[in-house]
Amino acid sequence: MNGLKTFPLGGVHPDDCKFTSQKSIVSIPIPERVYIPVSQSLGAPSVPIVNKGDKVKTGQLIAKGEAFISSNIHSSVTGEVEKIEDWIDTSGYKRKTIIIKTEPDVWEEGIDLSSEIKREITLSKEEIIQRIKDKGIVGLGGATFPTHVKVSIPQGKKAEYLIINGVECEPYLTSDHRLMLEKGEEILIGTQILMKAIDVDQAIIGIEANKPDAIEHLSKLAEKYKGIKVQGLKLKYPQGAEKQLIKALVNREVPSGKLPIEVGCVVQNVGTAFAVYEAVQKNKPLINRVVTLSGNNIEGGNFMVRIGTPIQKLIDFCGAKLENIDKIINGGPMMGKALVSTEVPVTKGTSGILLFSAEVSSRMKVYNCVRCGKCVSACPMGLEPIVLEKAAEVGNWDLAEKYHVLDCIECGSCHYTCPAGRPLLDMIRLGKNKVNQIIRSRVK
Amino acid sequence: MSIIIYSLLALGCVALLFATVIFFVDKKFKVVEDPRIDKVQEILPGANCGGCGYPGCRGFAEAIVKTGDFSALFCPVGGNEVAKKAAVIMGVEVKEKAPRIAVVRCNGSYQNAPQKARYEGASSCAFAHMLFAGESGCPYGCLGCGDCVSSCTFDAIFMNPETGLPVVIEDKCTSCGACVKACPRGIIELRNKGPKGKRIFVSCINKEKGAVARKNCAVACIGCGKCVKVCPHEAITLSDNLAYIDYEKCKLCRKCVSECPTGAILEINFPPRKTDVKNTNEVEA
Repeated sequence: MNGLKTFPLGGVHPDDCKFTSQKSIVSIPIPERVYIPVSQSLGAPSVPIVNKGDKVKTGQLIAKGEAFISSNIHSSVTGEVEKIEDWIDTSGYKRKTIIIKTEPDVWEEGIDLSSEIKREITLSKEEIIQRIKDKGIVGLGGATFPTHVKVSIPQGKKAEYLIINGVECEPYLTSDHRLMLEKGEEILIGTQILMKAIDVDQAIIGIEANKPDAIEHLSKLAEKYKGIKVQGLKLKYPQGAEKQLIKALVNREVPSGKLPIEVGCVVQNVGTAFAVYEAVQKNKPLINRVVTLSGNNIEGGNFMVRIGTPIQKLIDFCGAKLENIDKIINGGPMMGKALVSTEVPVTKGTSGILLFSAEVSSRMKVYNCVRCGKCVSACPMGLEPIVLEKAAEVGNWDLAEKYHVLDCIECGSCHYTCPAGRPLLDMIRLGKNKVNQIIRSRVK
Repeated sequence: MSIIIYSLLALGCVALLFATVIFFVDKKFKVVEDPRIDKVQEILPGANCGGCGYPGCRGFAEAIVKTGDFSALFCPVGGNEVAKKAAVIMGVEVKEKAPRIAVVRCNGSYQNAPQKARYEGASSCAFAHMLFAGESGCPYGCLGCGDCVSSCTFDAIFMNPETGLPVVIEDKCTSCGACVKACPRGIIELRNKGPKGKRIFVSCINKEKGAVARKNCAVACIGCGKCVKVCPHEAITLSDNLAYIDYEKCKLCRKCVSECPTGAILEINFPPRKTDVKNTNEVEA
């Protein structure tokens, strides 16, 4: 446990509240209906290839990612496609969703459902990348970037390190922690597969110090695997952000506006490593994921949930009562988004569902900025949130761009630390959105 | 004494020299500006609101003098009066334009469209629009953060705390269109003010299917098309489950208002109808 590393610039220390870290992953029953949105990853929405009334099996391809940055989507249940219509997503806006009425599980042929661990990697580099693409694997840390794009190293670039992100710096969330404890072996094999795909011989698994059992467990297992090292990290938010993690582990800085491959790194979440293991070794598409249900005053737990399960079903299964709940958050408390309805389904990017009562969830009253500069010192990207907020407030998008609004990773450290309760991140997100629009219109 | 005389002489010579230089430079580089620009600018309201589409009143005055054509140029704040005065200066004829007013096309008040969620983020419609569908769940409706209020340079809009909707003050609205641009959802439209301020419009821009729209809001346009059928002037069109009344064609007969099953069509500044019984008779006839 000695020699813990961390990133130097900014960051905050929220209470980690990992109440559910000792609760094993439990599979929840399949609901009567699943709602599978066709847009579950960054990039273009997938194109449905099934029609109303079609019978689908568990693991069958139902929507194809046709654009470069897009991913395949598979049916998470067996049943009949009831309709393909607009259904609300986390924002309350309606998006195209495939609604399937479930029947008893029948799996698509060729999927290995045994629990036996398959260690030997037989596929070649190209086959691995193709398999990852076919099975619809996306980054499970929350950003849902299609993994096959990430592991396809652009020409002229060379990866040196594979970094596996087991940091889970968001308070409350424990899904990655449980996965590391229960599927450690699989994660390491997934790591080896990814190492082969991007052609590197060194991998570092970064884990924060509040998960000593995971560090110990994976370190012990990693002795058997060549080139994989487990590194403990000091507790600091947002250590799980790609750029901060690279800085902490290999002390390299990703230049502004560039991707980690620029400094020879590829970062993948532990959940993604596990999904890659399942896709490559077991031929299983990404149809379920671990979701933490937690919050204040509730029991909570970690659940293996089929994609498309309405959040209400998860809450019911856990036995949580919604009477005193004021806010339901999809994701972690720092970066997650409050939900407008519990009809919203679990998607590939749902890492946790948090239920909070009013006394902890309410935002504080907004006062005038006192120019204390706390947001500036908290920003892990070295930005000036105070300037960006003002720029967005008055609509000065040129200024926002000049002050690198696009480098903001939306970690929320500025808002967390602001003594005046100013909605810094809200306005910066608006600025990012507008500046992105302006830049896109310039290209045309 | 002599030192004073010498210095006065020396300075006087220098002053004379520079005066001559300035005189010739002024002659050589003189910018000839149409004197009418100043005259036109003088009669403009001077609010610099940008409602005409030019950067401030000076820009507008320059544009008028340069083109001399009033068909595309109109100062919404000054209205016809200013247009007439400017036309006199320019020596051209000008057609009168119907006065317009900003109209809020959403009636999703707290009563009509109950809140299903509570928003407590930054008080900016632009951000709220980016973030989520709205407290009532209607993805087209007013978000109530008041971007239109802060955009108005004439203090003509305020938020009604009882309904959560913006209210346009008729006397103050100059139809400059700043709020139209500020609203991220395009709810506010500039429409003809109508005789004595009488106007009829569909107070909804929801394009969802009827049942879906109705679920979130009691006064949503459900796209049933009854108003289209009843309108004797063909002023109403229906597209994407949404009716739209063309204010140029509308003759303010109010038939559509009583026909609308959800009450999405609003009539403003009309005297109250005599009795309900007579009303239904009228519709049947």
